[in-house]
Amino acid sequence: MSIKVQSLSKHYGEQKSVDNISFAASSGRIIGFLGPNGAGKSTTMKMLAGYLEPTSGQAMLCGLDVQQQPLEVKRIMGYLPEQTPLYADMYVKEFLLFVANTYGLKDPELKVKETIKAVGLDLEQFKKISMLSKGYKQRVGLAQAIIHDPKVLILDEPTSGLDPNQLSEIRALIRTLGKDKTVILSTHIMQEVEAVCDEVIIIHKGRIVANATIEALKAAHQSNSLEDIFRKLTS
Amino acid sequence: MAYITIGIFLLAAGLLLWFFPDTSILDYGYAELTGFFSLAPFLFMFLIPAICMRSFAEERREGTYILLATRPLTSWQIIGAKYFACLVLVVFSLVPTLIYGYTISKLAMPAGNVDTGAIIGSYIGLLLLGAAFTAIGIFASSITKNQVIAFAVAVFLCFIMYNGFDAMAKMALLTGLQDLFMFLSVNEHYQSISRGVLDTRDAVYFLTLVFFFLLLTHFTIGGRKW
Repeated sequence: MSIKVQSLSKHYGEQKSVDNISFAASSGRIIGFLGPNGAGKSTTMKMLAGYLEPTSGQAMLCGLDVQQQPLEVKRIMGYLPEQTPLYADMYVKEFLLFVANTYGLKDPELKVKETIKAVGLDLEQFKKISMLSKGYKQRVGLAQAIIHDPKVLILDEPTSGLDPNQLSEIRALIRTLGKDKTVILSTHIMQEVEAVCDEVIIIHKGRIVANATIEALKAAHQSNSLEDIFRKLTS
Repeated sequence: MAYITIGIFLLAAGLLLWFFPDTSILDYGYAELTGFFSLAPFLFMFLIPAICMRSFAEERREGTYILLATRPLTSWQIIGAKYFACLVLVVFSLVPTLIYGYTISKLAMPAGNVDTGAIIGSYIGLLLLGAAFTAIGIFASSITKNQVIAFAVAVFLCFIMYNGFDAMAKMALLTGLQDLFMFLSVNEHYQSISRGVLDTRDAVYFLTLVFFFLLLTHFTIGGRKW
C-alpha cells in the first residue's frame, strides 16, 4: 500500500476538521478526494504532506511514517497546495532549479528541462512567474511537485480556474503521471473524477462517507450520476 | 530591494561621515573612525530589520511557506538559510566602508599613522553586532504576516538590546542589578571589542544572542498554524 491512513484526526479546539478517517491506496491508482467546501479535504492532504501535525492517528506513505520519518517521506512525495502559492518574482526556470536543488538531485538542470517539457511550459520558461496566466501558474505548481519523480503525488484542486483546453491537457498529464505513481487529487468537478480517477473517497464534515471505485459506487447507489450520489451523501 | 536598502545605508553613512559638519571626520581633526563606529549601530538598527523583514513574513502572507515546509528540509535548515542569506547582505553592506579605513590612513599625519588594531577590532565588533541584529530581524519576521510590523518590532528589539539595558543599568531603582544589565547590553560588549580588545566573552555573548533569537524563531515556526 503506498498510501495508508489510520484513524487520522485533526481538531482545532472543539472543531473536528478531520475526524478519525482511515483509507488506503495502492500504487498506480488515481484517487479522487471529494467533499463540500470545509469538509476537511485540504487539512487531510496537508497532514499527508507532513505540513500539519495530526491530533491523533497515523499516515504512512510507501511504508514510511509521515510524522516519524518526515525527511524520507518528503523525498518520495510531491505536493501541490491549493491555490498554488509560488514565488511571484522568480523566473520559471530559476524557481524550478531552486526546487530541484532542495531535493539534491544529481543533474538539476536536466531535470528542470525534462519537467518543463512534461508539463508543457516550453514557451513560458523564461518568463517571470507573476507574468504567467492562471493555467501556466498551475503548470509551474505541478512541475514543482513532480520534478523529483515522486512515488506519491498529492494534488489539492489541481484544475481550479482553468479553461476547458487547459483542463483537458492537465487531466491528460495527471493520467500519464498516474500510471506509475499513486495520485490523490481533490476536486469539485464530478466530470473530472469520472474522466481521471479510478477510485473515489467522499468526505463530509471530517468523516469518510464513501470509499469505492466509481463503478462500485454507482452500483451501490443504483444511480448513474456521481453528482446525485455526491448530493445524497453530503447534504 | 536589498540593493536599494544597502545603497541608502551607504549614502547615509557617507553623508554623516564626510559632509555633515557636526559629524564630519574632515572637521573633526583626528584621523580615526570612531565616529563611524558609534554611528553604524544606529544605521544597522534600521538597515538590518529592513533586510530581514521579508524573510518569513512574506512567506506567510503569500502562503509560500508550505512549499518549503513540504521539501525534505528541516526547520533549522530553512531558518539557517534565511539567516545567512540576510547576513551575507549585511556583510556586503559593510565591505564598501572599508574604503573609509583606507582614506583615514592616507589622511593621517604622517600617512598610515592610525590605530589599525582599533579599526580591525571595531569591524569585528560591527560584524558580531550585525549578526545579532540579523537574528533579531529574522525572529521578528517569523512572528507576523505583516512586513511593517516585523520591521517595527525588529527596530524596537534592536534598540532595547543596544541601548535599553544600558539605560536600565543607570536607573537608580535597579542599582542592585546594575552589573547584570551591563552584561546584557549589546552596547557594552560592542564598545569592549571596539577598543581593539578581543575578549572571548564578548564573542560568546554575541553568538549566544544569535542562537537565542534563532531558537525563538524555531519555536514560532515549529508551532505554525498557517
